[in-house]
Amino acid sequence: MNLLKQVVVKTLPVMAGYIVLGMGFGILLKVNGYGIGWALLMSIFIYAGSMQYVGISIITGGVSIITTALTTLMVNARHLFYGISMIDKYKGAGKWKPYLMFGLTDETYSLVCDGKYPEGENRFKYWFLISLFNQIYWITGSIIGSVVGSVLKINFDGIEFSMTALFVTVVIEQWLSNKEHRPALIGLISAVICLLIFGKDNFLIPTMVLIVVGLALFKNTLEKESRSNE
Amino acid sequence: MSDIRVLTLIIVMALVTMMIRFLPFFIFKGNSTPKFISYLGKYLPYSIMAMLVVYCVKDVSVTNKPYGIPELIAIGVVAILHIVKRNTLLSIVCGTVCYMLLKQLVFI
Repeated sequence: MNLLKQVVVKTLPVMAGYIVLGMGFGILLKVNGYGIGWALLMSIFIYAGSMQYVGISIITGGVSIITTALTTLMVNARHLFYGISMIDKYKGAGKWKPYLMFGLTDETYSLVCDGKYPEGENRFKYWFLISLFNQIYWITGSIIGSVVGSVLKINFDGIEFSMTALFVTVVIEQWLSNKEHRPALIGLISAVICLLIFGKDNFLIPTMVLIVVGLALFKNTLEKESRSNE
Repeated sequence: MSDIRVLTLIIVMALVTMMIRFLPFFIFKGNSTPKFISYLGKYLPYSIMAMLVVYCVKDVSVTNKPYGIPELIAIGVVAILHIVKRNTLLSIVCGTVCYMLLKQLVFI
């Protein structure tokens, strides 16, 4: 199979979700009085799903620059972790690297975080194409939403579940291909505890802290066992 | 709001998002990443993906109708199908169709 074909197959799960979620964004932006130019601008340069939805209320709500910056920081803080876990994998990516870093959305991360790539291919080019294709889907969705969205009468209610489904398959794939389940459990338990304590709007950052603490506590055991398995 | 103002806010959102995504790579730029960061890099994917699943269902209310039942069923379908077939696309398509049917026809 050639590289492009493999990239298309790999990104198919994101395609459906991004086109529909992008459409939702385009429609909502249009309804608020901002047409295709604005949709393109945001989907090309911000390129962060949930942040762009928040962004609509920011640009229509007369928010200050400081508040905008802080809100973006809060909503997107989890992306720091994506960078941290890709530092070693993206090392040496050269000309591909700026875009690889820029394109690290939740969905792209879920496709590249295993660090796997087709044998014999340039791995950086492969990850670059995955990142690029995902953004193209997202932009395409925004355009469709902005131009024809409100005319379409299809009931897409519930399609946003495709992203949840993608993440669930990644978690299960990780679970089945590893004997070590503590890192996954640390993530799950931290998130549930913080969601219960801090509520749905504020739980991500405490969860991130708790995950680092949890992983730090298990550092010696995890490293020892990973060495004895090698 | 004026177009210039909107443009400014979009630039702010874009720059902050980029900064967050670039920062780890710039801080640990050297040839050898600190051991603890490498360790985090190795195990974070597992913790984060679990966190993202919780993040996806954060808006689901378990105290109000339909008590998160559609989500629970659909996630169950994805999980079981994936454990049995290990086919990502199949799991996602079936789970999503199942969820849409539940949302649009059963739990209206």
